[in-house]
Amino acid sequence: MTCDEFVELVTAFLDDALDPATEDRFVEHLSRCDGCERYLAQFRATIAELGELPPDSLSPAVRADLLDAFRDWHRG
Amino acid sequence: MPVIFSRPRKGYARVVTELPPDDELVAALRAGDGAAFADVLDAWSSSMLRLARSFVSTHATAEEVVQDTWLAVVQGLGAFEGRSSVKTWVYRILVNTAKKRGAREKRSVPWTSLLPGDEDHGPTVDPGLVRGPGGAGQWREVPEAWASPEKTALALEVREVITGALAELPARQRAVISLRDVADHTAEEVCEILQITAANQRVLLHRARAVVRERLAGYLGAAG
Repeated sequence: MTCDEFVELVTAFLDDALDPATEDRFVEHLSRCDGCERYLAQFRATIAELGELPPDSLSPAVRADLLDAFRDWHRG
Repeated sequence: MPVIFSRPRKGYARVVTELPPDDELVAALRAGDGAAFADVLDAWSSSMLRLARSFVSTHATAEEVVQDTWLAVVQGLGAFEGRSSVKTWVYRILVNTAKKRGAREKRSVPWTSLLPGDEDHGPTVDPGLVRGPGGAGQWREVPEAWASPEKTALALEVREVITGALAELPARQRAVISLRDVADHTAEEVCEILQITAANQRVLLHRARAVVRERLAGYLGAAG
């Protein structure tokens, strides 16, 4: 496997979606290529950072309106 | 009462409400249980807002889409047939509402096509980086090491870099990465919500991640 193939297969590898033969080639390449090892680590770090984004939230006014709408719907 | 706990993630604590199983949830909502409605509203609205932002151009419009979605959910609960999970049903309503809204904004993207668009093809890493002069498909220069956000107190700026990168992604890629990596949905859920194949989901996710990684490299690599 070459580095340009490797970098396109990272998500499939992380999702355990590579066929066994390709996964063997991927891991074999990983074991001997420092650049790709670093790329994979940075890909994982990127995914971890994405998971750290603070939650977006509805404004209190919209939230209150929706709770009212729910009550009204069931009252009516 | 739902159990409230924080997921042990580093930067801050996310409060996650553990919702009851779908049949209990639907029964409670149909019975007009306002607390149950408040729980689902609080549990899902954050990732619904992020998903809506893939289709419309402003936060305010995304919030309207989420609001319209919840109103449709309230009115449609009686007709919910349980063919998917409640959450997927709600998210499908969101996607349909957001698409219509996006089309009105003339920011319409060809979501009807199941195939990735032009921006979804080609190498994800700058070809100069991996294809050496001999065309051997190897790194010309290996990726630069990154400074650790924790060590360098860059965490806040890293989030700004990521938010900026997400905002510039093509809509489909943004929708998929928002659902998978920001909101922590499974691949199967994303396919069902966006009505795309597993292979397309992976292509879109991979491209989006590669773009965000590249942005972080420009920031953390330079800082390191």
